[in-house]
Amino acid sequence: MVGEIKIDNVSKSFTNPDGSVVNALNGVNLTIEPGSFISLIGPSGCGKTTLLRAIAGLGLADEGTVFLDGEPVRAPGHERGFAFQQANLYPWLSIENNIAFGLRARGIYKEKKEDVKEYIDMVGLTGFENSYPHQLSGGMNQRAALARALVGHPKVLLLDEPLGALDAFTRMNMQDEILRIWKDQKMTMIMVTHDVDEAVYLSDKVVIMTPRPAKIEQVLDIELGRPRARGGNDFIKYRTKILEILNYAGENREPEYYL
Amino acid sequence: MVLNHLKKISPIISVIFTLLIQIAVPNAAKQPDAKGPYFTFFLYIVGGIFVVLYAASFFNKKINDYLLDSGPLLAGGAQLLNFINLICSKFALLPVLFFPSLDRVFAVFVNDRALMIECIISSGKLLIIGFAVGATLGFTTGILIGFNKKVAYWINPLTKIIGPIPATSWSPLVLSLFSTSYQAAVFMIALSVWFPITVMTSNGIQNVQQTYFEVADTLGADKLYKIFKVGIPAALPNVFLGFFYATTGSFVTLVTAEMFGCKSGIGWYLNWQKSMMLYANVYAGLILLAVLCNLIITLLFRIKDRLLGWQKGVIKW
Repeated sequence: MVGEIKIDNVSKSFTNPDGSVVNALNGVNLTIEPGSFISLIGPSGCGKTTLLRAIAGLGLADEGTVFLDGEPVRAPGHERGFAFQQANLYPWLSIENNIAFGLRARGIYKEKKEDVKEYIDMVGLTGFENSYPHQLSGGMNQRAALARALVGHPKVLLLDEPLGALDAFTRMNMQDEILRIWKDQKMTMIMVTHDVDEAVYLSDKVVIMTPRPAKIEQVLDIELGRPRARGGNDFIKYRTKILEILNYAGENREPEYYL
Repeated sequence: MVLNHLKKISPIISVIFTLLIQIAVPNAAKQPDAKGPYFTFFLYIVGGIFVVLYAASFFNKKINDYLLDSGPLLAGGAQLLNFINLICSKFALLPVLFFPSLDRVFAVFVNDRALMIECIISSGKLLIIGFAVGATLGFTTGILIGFNKKVAYWINPLTKIIGPIPATSWSPLVLSLFSTSYQAAVFMIALSVWFPITVMTSNGIQNVQQTYFEVADTLGADKLYKIFKVGIPAALPNVFLGFFYATTGSFVTLVTAEMFGCKSGIGWYLNWQKSMMLYANVYAGLILLAVLCNLIITLLFRIKDRLLGWQKGVIKW
């Protein structure tokens, strides 16, 4: 199986316009097994998106290296698919042409034409091939974006809160669809999320990150069978544990304001 | 219901009323006679079109909607002509030299038609050549500035200095630099087209969402593919705005450029007729210009609707 990610001592900092330097990542080490589902969770400023973008090659690390199957990552590439927070479909292309964009860019569209149909079907957009993004709902656009990232058969799919902008019900449906695709395609998936329930529901491992300094606090194995019950006792236990690690469990906390 | 019907039939009533006045009231004695009642002929034609439209509106929903919407406006237009007709032709309230009768204005389209067609062709050719040169150069410069920081560094200041100068103000220089005034006119039109297209294209490309390029990166697109399949399509709404400004600007330059140097064209025609004090011909020329410019802009927007169907509401026409 392919799709092993090794993050070796990765650091990255940004310089603010006022000259101050922010440490977005501080010597992060992490190995992600091929074919596993990993969530990166933590409050804003913990570096989870920076880490995901470093894996994608969209923002290279200042120090340290990310390896995919032993090869160092130096630039973005199609073997690491990326689903953005917003669907970011190209508004001037039909759904079908959006999904086929990567194949065309790599000059392999002719051979892989059938794949486009297959993935449109997989994300349930059959019949909307010729529609334009502005004609479809946010959830449908996000599904098309997912198909676009998947159709090139990446070894790893990186998900940057792609469900964050969706309503609760669409979101739960999409979580099930992502799980189904993950099982089907047997690829590594790494998802950034704010949502503890989402992390517990989807992941084999939850990487809990904390800000100031940005680092990995703990890697928690979720030892639950699938499909998981969202309201089950074990589920709640994991949720509480993550919240405790993040210091949001609600005990020993001073109220921030009085009414 | 009755009101809707009135809206639809109002253009016909309005034209008939104008026609009655045109026939019943004699022209003022001060006003020189036209070779024939050409305004009357014009009203017959327009009235005939309105009758046909009205009849068709019972079978065609589009025409019906159009008449419901624009009927009162068309009727108003006919009354405006009626008003002008009364002031200029019937009572000659304004100096007849500068305000000829409508009969004489419309007569020009018939009597001078050969020359006018020649002028249209000549102006059209000049406009197309100048526009093609300016648009090609402008689009290319815009893309280069938009995608290449070094080009932007060196070319941008040049654009900023040369661009805002009205193209026609170069005429003293270009008339002596180019061997023919035709070449000079092409140059000035190209210049007036080049500037807005360059600015709007480069701006459009520089303002493309960064994530559009990042998406392309993660899908395995190379630099050239990103330029042509992401940057340019994303910038097209802006590029279109550039073309719109360029088109309106090119009309100004065309007419002005033709007024000095050129030996044909609508601008030349206007200037020549003015110098001969033939104001009926000047008005006819202006009407012709208005119709042509409108046609070109309408055509431009048709192209936009085809190319930018995915994008709603840039500017409407």
